[in-house]
Amino acid sequence: MKYSIFSLARAALSGHKNWQRTWRDATPKDRYDVVVIGGGGHGLATAWFLASEYGIRNVAVLEKGWIGSGNAGRNTTIIRSNYGLPGNTGFYELSMKLWERMEQDLNYNTMVSQRGVINLYHSDAQRDAYARRGNTMRINGIDAELLDLAAVKKMMPFLNFDNARFPVQGGLLQRRGGTARHDAVVWGYAHAASALGVDIIQNCEVTGFVRDANGKVTGVETSRGRIGAGKVGMAVAGSSSRVASMAGLRLPIESHVLQAFVSEAIKPLLPNVMTFGAGHFYVSQSDKGGLVFGGDIDGYNSYAQRGNMPVMEDVCEGGMALIPMIGRVRLLRQWGGIMDMSMDGTPIIDKTPVDGLYLNAGWCYGGFKATPGSGFVFAHLLARDESHEEAARFRLDRFRRGAMIDEKGVGAQPNLH
Amino acid sequence: MRIVCPFCGERELGEFTYLGDAKPQRPAADAGEDAVYDYVYLRDNIAGVMSEHWYHGGGCRSWLKITRNTLTHEISAVEPAAGAGAAKVGA
Amino acid sequence: MAGVQANRLANGGLIDRSDPLNFRFDGKSFAGFQGDTLASALIANGVKLVGRSFKYHRPRGILSAGSEEPNALVELRSGARREPNTKATTAELYEGLEAASQNRWPSLRHDLMAVNQLFAPIFVAGFYYKTFMWPAKFWEAIYEPTIRRAAGLGRAAGIPDPDHYDKAWAHCDVLIAGSGPAGLAAALAAGRSGARVILCEEDFALGGRLLSDGGTIDSMPAAEWLSRALAELAALPDVRIMTRTTLFGVYDGGTYGAIERVNDHLPSPPEHQVRQRLWRIVAKRCVVAAGAIERPIVFAGNDTPGVMMASAMRTYVARYAATPAKRVALFTNNEDGWRTVETALGAGLQIAAVVDARPDVSAAHRSLASKGGFPVLNGSVAAVDGGRDGVRKISVSLTGGARAEVEADGLAVSGGWNPAVALTSYHRGRPKWQDDIAAFVPDGAPPGMVAVGAANGVFGLGACLSQGFAAGAQAARDAGRSGKAGLTPVAEDEAFSLNPLWHVAGKGKAFVDQQHDVTASDIELAQREGFESVEHLKRYTTLGMATDQGKTSNVAGLAIMAAVSGKSIPETGTTIYRPPYVPVAIGAFAGHHRDENFHATRLTPSHHWAAEQGAIFVDTGLWKRAQWYPRAGEKDWLDSVTREVKAVRGGVGFCDVSTLGKIDVHGPDAGAFLDRVYINTFSNLAVGKARYGLMLREDGMVYDDGTTSRLAEDHYFLTTTTAKAGPVMQHLEFCRQVLFPEFDVQLTSVSDQWAQFSIAGPKTRDLLREIVDPGEDLSNEGFPFMGAREVALRGGIKARLFRISFSGEMAFEISVPARYGDALVRNLMQAGAPFGVTPYGTEALGVMRIEKGHVAGPELSGTTTAADLGLGKMMSTKKDFVGRIMAGREALVAPNRQVVVGIKPTDKASRLRSGAHIIPKGEIPGPGNDQGYVTSVCFSPTLDQWIGLGLVERGRERIGEIVHAHDPLRGEGYDVELCNPVFYDPEGGRQRG
Repeated sequence: MKYSIFSLARAALSGHKNWQRTWRDATPKDRYDVVVIGGGGHGLATAWFLASEYGIRNVAVLEKGWIGSGNAGRNTTIIRSNYGLPGNTGFYELSMKLWERMEQDLNYNTMVSQRGVINLYHSDAQRDAYARRGNTMRINGIDAELLDLAAVKKMMPFLNFDNARFPVQGGLLQRRGGTARHDAVVWGYAHAASALGVDIIQNCEVTGFVRDANGKVTGVETSRGRIGAGKVGMAVAGSSSRVASMAGLRLPIESHVLQAFVSEAIKPLLPNVMTFGAGHFYVSQSDKGGLVFGGDIDGYNSYAQRGNMPVMEDVCEGGMALIPMIGRVRLLRQWGGIMDMSMDGTPIIDKTPVDGLYLNAGWCYGGFKATPGSGFVFAHLLARDESHEEAARFRLDRFRRGAMIDEKGVGAQPNLH
Repeated sequence: MRIVCPFCGERELGEFTYLGDAKPQRPAADAGEDAVYDYVYLRDNIAGVMSEHWYHGGGCRSWLKITRNTLTHEISAVEPAAGAGAAKVGA
Repeated sequence: MAGVQANRLANGGLIDRSDPLNFRFDGKSFAGFQGDTLASALIANGVKLVGRSFKYHRPRGILSAGSEEPNALVELRSGARREPNTKATTAELYEGLEAASQNRWPSLRHDLMAVNQLFAPIFVAGFYYKTFMWPAKFWEAIYEPTIRRAAGLGRAAGIPDPDHYDKAWAHCDVLIAGSGPAGLAAALAAGRSGARVILCEEDFALGGRLLSDGGTIDSMPAAEWLSRALAELAALPDVRIMTRTTLFGVYDGGTYGAIERVNDHLPSPPEHQVRQRLWRIVAKRCVVAAGAIERPIVFAGNDTPGVMMASAMRTYVARYAATPAKRVALFTNNEDGWRTVETALGAGLQIAAVVDARPDVSAAHRSLASKGGFPVLNGSVAAVDGGRDGVRKISVSLTGGARAEVEADGLAVSGGWNPAVALTSYHRGRPKWQDDIAAFVPDGAPPGMVAVGAANGVFGLGACLSQGFAAGAQAARDAGRSGKAGLTPVAEDEAFSLNPLWHVAGKGKAFVDQQHDVTASDIELAQREGFESVEHLKRYTTLGMATDQGKTSNVAGLAIMAAVSGKSIPETGTTIYRPPYVPVAIGAFAGHHRDENFHATRLTPSHHWAAEQGAIFVDTGLWKRAQWYPRAGEKDWLDSVTREVKAVRGGVGFCDVSTLGKIDVHGPDAGAFLDRVYINTFSNLAVGKARYGLMLREDGMVYDDGTTSRLAEDHYFLTTTTAKAGPVMQHLEFCRQVLFPEFDVQLTSVSDQWAQFSIAGPKTRDLLREIVDPGEDLSNEGFPFMGAREVALRGGIKARLFRISFSGEMAFEISVPARYGDALVRNLMQAGAPFGVTPYGTEALGVMRIEKGHVAGPELSGTTTAADLGLGKMMSTKKDFVGRIMAGREALVAPNRQVVVGIKPTDKASRLRSGAHIIPKGEIPGPGNDQGYVTSVCFSPTLDQWIGLGLVERGRERIGEIVHAHDPLRGEGYDVELCNPVFYDPEGGRQRG
C-alpha cells in the first residue's frame, strides 16, 4: 500500500486494521544472486539499489538480530558532505544527493532535515584548515560557507561568547547538511527493497562461508541453514573483522566503542547541527525534542557496546563549554555502538582477495551519513564487479600502496581518527 | 575501568592511554614492505581476550601489557613492558 | 488564601506541620509543609490536573510517588534556573517554590493543542513515516517546524545555567543502593562487619516502603526499628549514608555513577555551594536494594487524573497525610493492592469498591469489605469516565460478563510489581522471567553486584530483611572484612498472590506509555506492520523512551506485544537497559569544566611579564602565548608584528619558546636510540653540537621535528614542537620500553623545568654578553652555528645555550631553570635597552619562519612525507629507523605528490590566504585540476608583500610557474608564482655570521 496522507486517512476509517507488514517476513530460499550480510542501513540500501538501479532482485539481506539493530540504530543521525580529501568529497556528496531524494525514492518519510551543519573554529589554524576544506567542497560543487564570528553569533546567540576558554571565532557551514531519522532510514529501505522482491531475513546469523574447490565463495552457512549465493557482500560494520575472519581475512580495522547520548525532550532549543572545535562534542536536537549528542570513541578496542564515564564526562564538558544553557537539561540515555575504526579513518568498499566476497567496512564515525551512498556504490560493485567512480579510492589495497585517505592526519592509529 | 599498574597500584582509566594489540611484533630491519605493512595495518581485532599496549601517562609513564577481554572489559593481567622501569633487560 | 489544604488529613504523616511552606503552581498560590513533595502538596490542595501528554495533550494527573512518574511533569523554578520535565513526585517542596505546567497553550485547563485528539485516528504509531513527504520542500519549511514546536514537553531556560556542579570520587568496600528494609539490613550487616559502606538513597528520607507501609520488625513498629537502625548506622565509623543520591550507572572495574542533589531542595544553592554533585564511587561489592516499581494495568481511560498506582496512593495518605480522593476504588490483580484499602480506611476515606481480577479473595479481605461497607467485584475495570477534573465513574466488567458501575473520585491500580532490574542489567545482562511473580528478575549482574529484596523479586518484609542482611554480610566478607554481623532483623512475610493481568480490552484509548501516548492499539498496529521485536516496538511507537524511561510502561508493553504476536513474555524479551537510571543534568557531568575552566591553562615563564607589557595572547593547545606586543600608535596587529620582525632583522629581539617539548635523553645508548627514532643520525653528533632532527610515524609520515643537542657523551637534550610535546614523549617511551628495550637509555620530560627563549638578530651577541658570564666565549669561533653547551650567567646561574636559528638571523636559544624565567626576561629587557631589544610574539616568529621557508604545523599535517617537505635527503640509508620501510611505498614516492613550495602573489598588493587552492592558470577549477593549497601565509615586511608556503603537485619542478590561487569561500582568486620556499637569505649567511 502506498503511504500518503490519503492512505492514512482511509486506514483510519477501518481502525488501521489493513496495514501490511512494512517489509515481508521472508523465509530463506536455497540460493540468491546476491546475498548481503548485514541488515543495517548500508546492507538494506545496497539491496534496494541492486534491485532498483541494477535490476538484480534475487537478493537476500541476512540480519543476525533485527534490522537496524547495529550502528544504524545507534548514532547521532547527522548527515553532511563536508569532507576535504579526494575520495571522500565526491562520495559523501553522492550520498547527500541521495538523501535529498530519499523520501520520494522510498515512499517513506525518513525525515531528512537539511537544517545545516556548522563546524566551529577557535583558532587561526583551525580556520585555515576549514578554509582549505570548504574550498575543496566548493571546487567539487558542494555548498560551503565560511562564517565569521558575527555571523555565528547571529545564527547561534546562545553559544558561550563571553567567558569561553577557547572562544568561538567562526565556523564552516554546510546548509545542506542536517539530520535524518535513523530508524526510519532502515525501515524505509527495507520497505522499498522488500516491495521489489528482496528477501529480508531476520534472526539469521552467518556462521561461515561456503567455498568451492577454487576457494570462491558460493554461499553462506547461517543459523537458518545454508544459503547459496552468486556473490556475497558484507555490510556488517562493527563486526567486519569477525565476519571476515570466517573467510580467513585480516582487515586494517579495529572495533571501538562510540558512545552517544540523548537528553529529555524539550521544546525547540538548537536550530542546527553543530560541532565544537575545541573539544569533542557534536549535537543536534531531534524532532521529538531530545538533544542528541556525542564525542570521541572511548579509545580502547571493545565489543561490549557500552562505554565508561571519562568519555561521558568529556563530552558533557564540551557541551557545557560551548552551550552553557544546557546545564539543567537532563541526560536521559547513553548507549555505545561498535565502530569499525579503519587505519586511516576512511571506509573500505572493495572486492576482497577471496573470490565472490565483497567488503563494505571501516566506516568509523561516518557510517550513518554515508548510508545511501554506500548502498549505491556497493550495489554498483556487486552488480558490475568494478568500483563506482566515487568509491574508486576506497580500495582495500590503499594501505599497502600508501594511498591512505587520512582526513585527520594521525596515521595507522584507529583510536585517534 | 580500573588498571592495577605494577608500579603505582590501582588507578583510574583516565590516567592511561591506549595503543592497541600487543601481539604484532615490529619486523626486523631487513624485513620487506609486506611484513611491515602487516605489522602496521592488519589486526586480528579479537572479540575476547586480547593482549594490549597501554601507557600510564598520568602516572609513572610506563608502557604496560594488559590482558583484557574486549567483550566484557575485564582485565585479567597487567605486566610492565620489557623496557619499563629503571632496570635494563639483561642487566 | 493559600493556607487551606483541603485534602490534608488532620493528623499523621511524616510532614513537619510546624514548618508551613508557600508555593505557586501555574501562578496560583498554595501551601504545604516541610517534608512534602510538590506532588503531595498539590494533592493536599486538591489539584488533580497537573500536565498534558506529549502527543494528544490529554489531561494528566499524578500517577506515582517516585521517579517512575510519567505524567506529573512541570517546569520547576524560573529564569535561568528553569528546569523542564521535573517530576512533581520527586521535587521537594521549599518556601517560594514556583512550578508551571508544560506542553499546553494557552493554559493547562484550556489547552488548544488538545485538538490533536480529534486527529487521534490518524496520529497512530509511526503515522509520520507515512506522510509529510509531498512536496519535498515542505518538510523543512512547514511540517518539521510544526512537529518540533508541538513536541518536546517543557522549555529549557535558554540562558546559561548559573549554578555550579561538583565531581567527586569515593571508595568503599560495600556500596548499597536503596534504604528500604533490604538496603538497611545490608548496611547493618556490612557495617557491623567492619566494612567501609556507602548507602545511596534517592529520596530525602530514609526507609523506602517502610515510610508508607509500616509493619513490624523485631517486634517493634517499623518506624521505631527504622530510627534505631539509622542511629546504629550513624554510630558506625565507616558507614556513610547519602540521601538525595541516586545510583544511576555501573561502569567497568566496580566504578559506579551517582548523582547527589545537594541543594535542589532549596530555592537556589547557598553561596559557594554547588547544586549537585556527580559521584564516581569505586566499590568492591555492590548490593542493589533499589526496590520494585508497581505496574499499571492498561484499560480505557487509565490516564484520567485520579487514576493512581495503589502503592502511591497509600504513600500520599500515610507518609504525606494527603488524600488523592475522598471515595476510592481499587483495581488490583494481587494481594498487595489491598493494603491501599487498609490505609485508606485507616485514614477515614471511603472505599467505593474493590475490583479484584483474581477469582478468589481471602476471607479476611471479605470481612474487611463488609466492615467497611464496600463491594468486592470480581472482574476488571473496563473504562473510566472522567476528564480534566478527574475520575467520576468506573465501569467494571465482571467475571461472567455482566457490567457494573462504581462512582468514585479516585482509582488505585495495582498490577503487581516489577523489580528494578535496570542497575543489574547495564552490562547487558538480560533479566529472566519469574512466573510466580509474573515479573523479570535480575540475571547476569555485573561482577561484584547482587540484587536483594524487592529488586530481586522478593517482596515479603521478612524475606527482604534476611536477604539484605545476608548479602550485606557476604559482601563485607568478600571485601575482606571479618567482623561479626550480629543478628538478622526479623519480620513476617505478607501473603502474596497475583493473577497476571496486563490489558483489559475495551473501547476507548488505553495507555501503555502515558507520557508518550502509546496505546495498546499502537502496539497491535506495530505488530501488524512487522515491528515485533521489542527494540523495533520501542523505536516505532516510542514506547519507554520518555523521561520516565519506561519504568511503568515497558513490561506492560512487551506483555501486550507477546499476547498479540502469540509468544510468551520471556520469548518476547526486554529491550536493552541503558543508563542513567534517572535523567541527570548535563551540567553535573561537566562539573566545573565550563567557561574559562573548561580546560586547564598553561602559562609560560614570561607570562606575567608579557601581560604587564600588554601582550595579546593566543591559545596554543593549553598554553597562552604572547602573540604580539602592541605599542601606542599602532593601528592593528600587522603594524605591531611588522615592527617586531624589523626589530629582530635589524637589531635584536627575543621570544619565549618554553612551550616546546623538552626531553633529556641519558644513557650509554642514547645516541643509538635517537638514531632509531630520527630519520637522520645522532650518534655521530659531536658533544657540544646541535642538529635538526625529523621523526616519522611507523607508517612513514612525518611525525615531528625539532633540534636535539648533545650535551655530553651520554646526554642529549631533545626538543619537540609545542603541539607534540606530550605525544612525542609517549612515542619515545614506547620506542624505548617496547620496541627497543635492549638500549640502555632513560628519558626524562623536562618541558616544565626549563624556561627557554630565542634571542635573535644581528645584535644578539651584544645582548648576550651583558647577561652571560664574561668568561664564556660567544665569538663565532668559540660558539659557532649549531653549537650547544652549558654556560654560566652573570651571577652564577647555569644556563644552556644553543646557537640555533628559526628566524634565519644570528640567534641563540637560552634555557634557564623555569623559576628564573621571569628574572631572565626582565634582565634581557634591561640589558638590551641600549640595543633596542624588542620582545616578539608568535606572529613575528611565524613570519620569520615563513620567510625562511621552515615547515611548521600546517605543513606537518600528518599526511606529508619527509620528501614532501623537501627533507627527503635527511633520511639515512645506513640504519633502521621508525617509519623507514613504509615511507618507501609506491604512492608515497610517486612523482606527482604535493610538495612544499613558496608562493607569492604576482600582484604585490594582493593578499594571500591560507586555505586557497592552487589551480593551473587559465583553467576552470574542478576536482581534476585541484593541485594543492596554501598552507601558511604572512605579510613579509622584508619582502614588503604577502608570501606563503603551500603543498602543490610537483611544486619543486614548477618554480617560477604562474598558477591561480582559487578561494571561492572568500570570493577571491588571484595569480601567484610558485617559488623557492626560502624567501630570505637563502644562502644562510646571516645565521652563521
